[in-house]
Amino acid sequence: MAKVFIYPATSLILSDMVTRFGHKPLGSAIAIRERVQTPGLESPPLQITPEEPKKGLAWAAVEGPGRLSAGACRSTAPMVEECDAAIIINNADLAFGCMGCARTNELVKFLLRQKRCPGSNSNTRKTRRKASSS
Amino acid sequence: MTEYNPAYPGTVTRYVVVESYTVTPADVAIRAYEIAKGVMIKENCFGLIVMGKEEDVDRVITEVRKMDPAHIFVKDRGFPPGDARRCRATLGGARPGFHGIEFEMGILPYISNGLEKTENT
Repeated sequence: MAKVFIYPATSLILSDMVTRFGHKPLGSAIAIRERVQTPGLESPPLQITPEEPKKGLAWAAVEGPGRLSAGACRSTAPMVEECDAAIIINNADLAFGCMGCARTNELVKFLLRQKRCPGSNSNTRKTRRKASSS
Repeated sequence: MTEYNPAYPGTVTRYVVVESYTVTPADVAIRAYEIAKGVMIKENCFGLIVMGKEEDVDRVITEVRKMDPAHIFVKDRGFPPGDARRCRATLGGARPGFHGIEFEMGILPYISNGLEKTENT
């Protein structure tokens, strides 16, 4: 059983496909669950503490958006490091957001390429013809 | 500063999304209740939210998948059912994450078709 990082990290379809074929999907829910089930001091809504940006700086530069280091890097980058493989769907319609999210997604994909982990990297197929020809 | 004590520590929450011609979320919920044994089941419009210890949740999900394997999809969730930080009734409007699932549910029939053809070959 391999740990497979999925991108977009909230994708139902990717998560189910990975589980269905006997592997463990690493998605954003895993990281969120760890945050909301860790006791400590109240820091709503996602229990982000001042320690999170410090840990996130291991992956992101300090001049990047705050969301990058405190949020995504702290939660997503550790999963990138422990994954055995990755499935990346580029240009997914549901993966939209602010510039912080866009930078985060770029960094996550960069970390995956840098790690050279095996997996799939494909673009979203917008039409049936393109989907069937791939 | 107040202390934060998480509700339901050590549990796992999963969505069971049903997109089927023959099985409704209500059918899946009834089957899940029959075998729950302490697992929390929350039924909603697209399926279930199942929460409990990981081995119990996996047991329930493995069983309900048998009802329609190619049309039932499972995904992890970080928050427990009804958590005020995500609950639609508390926050108002669409639940955060609704639009993602709404979009993917439009694609699920194609995925189900592919799964059925893969199983038949």
